[in-house]
Amino acid sequence: MLIKRPADIPSSEITDEMVYLSRRRFIQAVAGTALATAGALVSETDVHAQQPAPHGRKLATRPSPLSTTEAPNSWSHITTYNNFYEFGTSLHEPAANARDFKPEPWTITVEGECARKGTLNLEDVLKGETLEDRIYRHRCVEGWSMVIPWVGFPLSRLVKKCEPTSRANFVTMTTLYDPMRMPGQRAPVLAWPYVEGLRMDEAMHPLTILAVGLYGEVLPNQNGAPLRLVVPWKYGFKSIKSIVKIAFVDKEPINSWKRAASNEYGFYANVNPAVDHPRWSQATERRLPSLFKTMKTLPFNGYGDQVAGLYVGMDPKKLY
Amino acid sequence: MTRNQTIRCVLKPIVFLAALVPALLLGRRLVTGSLGADPLAEITNGTGLWALRFLAVTLAITPLRRLSGWNDLIRFRRMIGLFAFFYSSLHLGVFVIADRFASLGFPTPVSWETIRELAASIATEVYKRPYIAVGFTSWSIMFALALTSTTGMIRRLGGRRWQALHRLVYVGAMAGVVHYWWSVKADVRDPRAYAVVVTGLLAFRIVVWTHKHAASHTPALGRRAITTESRDAG
Repeated sequence: MLIKRPADIPSSEITDEMVYLSRRRFIQAVAGTALATAGALVSETDVHAQQPAPHGRKLATRPSPLSTTEAPNSWSHITTYNNFYEFGTSLHEPAANARDFKPEPWTITVEGECARKGTLNLEDVLKGETLEDRIYRHRCVEGWSMVIPWVGFPLSRLVKKCEPTSRANFVTMTTLYDPMRMPGQRAPVLAWPYVEGLRMDEAMHPLTILAVGLYGEVLPNQNGAPLRLVVPWKYGFKSIKSIVKIAFVDKEPINSWKRAASNEYGFYANVNPAVDHPRWSQATERRLPSLFKTMKTLPFNGYGDQVAGLYVGMDPKKLY
Repeated sequence: MTRNQTIRCVLKPIVFLAALVPALLLGRRLVTGSLGADPLAEITNGTGLWALRFLAVTLAITPLRRLSGWNDLIRFRRMIGLFAFFYSSLHLGVFVIADRFASLGFPTPVSWETIRELAASIATEVYKRPYIAVGFTSWSIMFALALTSTTGMIRRLGGRRWQALHRLVYVGAMAGVVHYWWSVKADVRDPRAYAVVVTGLLAFRIVVWTHKHAASHTPALGRRAITTESRDAG
C-alpha cells in the first residue's frame, strides 16, 4: 500500500504572497514608528546608491527638427524617477526592481481591424526604420516635468505596415503581463495588464513615437524597454511602456488609469493647465529637479501649434 | 543621580536629539543634492510620514505604559507629541512655500497683498481638495494642542477640560491617516498599514473604556481599583 507522506509544509500554511507583502508593509509601518522612538536612522534608500550609469550600448540616430532646444534632464534623473507600477509604485523602485529584467527576445502581437495580423519580432519592427533623437518635454499628471532625449521612430510607420481597415478608429496598446519578471504585477494595484490607447489621428501624428532608446543608447528597463510609446502633448501615463500588443479597434478603449479612477483620469489626457486634477492644480509644474512649482504649464504641453487641430470642435474640458 | 534627574538630564535630551535626526538627515540630503530627481517629493513624503509616526508613538505611550508598568513614559509624551506637530508643520510649510507660493511666482517684495493672495490660494486648495482639507484639519488640531501643551495652560484650563481638549489627538491621528490614504494614486498598502497601527492604538482605548464602564456597574472593591488606575487613560 502506498502511504503518502504529507509535504513538510501543508500548502495552507504557506503564506500567500499578497498576505506576505502586506504583512511586510505593516511591519514596515510599525518599524517606522519604532524607529522614531529609537531615533534610529532614516531607512529610505539613498537614490544615488542605485543609479545605473549609461551602459554604452549605442544606437545609430539622427537629429530631428521636432526636438525641443531645452536642456534635457540628466541620465540619472531620467532613469531613477519612473512611474512604472509593473516594477513598484514608488518612483525610485523601478530602477532597482527592473535591473535584471531581460527585454529579449521580444515580440509584438498585432490584431484587430487590420490586414496584417500576426506576431512580429522586435527586430522586424525596427527593420528599415531610421532612429531619431527626439528631445521632448515630458509632463507627468502628478505635476512634475522633465526634458527627455528619446530615441525612436514615428508610430505611424508601424501602423501603416499593419494596414488598418476603415473600421480602425482607435489603436490600443498593452504592456507585458508577467508577474514573474514584473514584481509590481503581483499586487492588484491596477487591473493588469496595463492598457492604453490613442485615436487613429493621434497615433498617426508625426510627434507620436515608439521609443527604443534614451540619450542615444538602448532604452533602460525602468524606462519601458524595449519598446514604449511617447506622446509628448499628453500626460505621461498615456505613454505606455514595454509594449507587447497592438490592436486596432472601432470603439474608444478604456485605458488603465481611467478604469482605476475615471473621476481623475480620462482617455485623452491632453496636458491642460485649465483643468485641475481633482487633487491638485495643473496650472503650474515643477521642472525637475526644481523644488518649486513655478513653471507655467502650457496647453498641450507646449505642442499646441502642432496638435491643437486634432481637437477642433471638442470640449477642451473633456480632453483631460 | 536620582531617577528624576536621569530622566530630565539624560533621557529627555537623548530623545529630543533622536527625534531631530530624520529632519537633519533630510536637510543633509537636500544640501548635498542626494534627494534624487524630485527632492520636493522626498521632503514632502518624508516630513509627512514622520509626522504620522510621531503621532503613532504619542498614541502608543499610554498603552505601553499600562502594559509595561513603566509609568515614567508619560514624561516623554508631550515632547513626542510636539515633534509630531513639528514634522507636520514642516510638511505644511513645504506645501505652502514650494507649491502655493511658488505657483504665484514668488512675488517680491512680500507685501500684504501678496500674503492675502497666498492665503486665498491656500484656502482655495483646502476648500477644493478633500485630502488637503483633512490634512489641514489634522495639522490644526495639533496646532491647538501644541499651544495648550504648556504646564501653564494645563493649569489655566483645569485638568478635566485640558484632557477633554487633548482627546482631539485621536481625531488628529485619524485625519492624518485619511490624508495619507487619499493622497496616494492607487497603491494604498502603505496608508493601510498606518491605518492598522492607529486603529489598534485607538482600539486599546475603547477596550479600556469599555472595561471601565463595565467596572462602574460592579460594586465595591473592583470598581475602585480600576477607576483610579484608568483616570489618566488619555
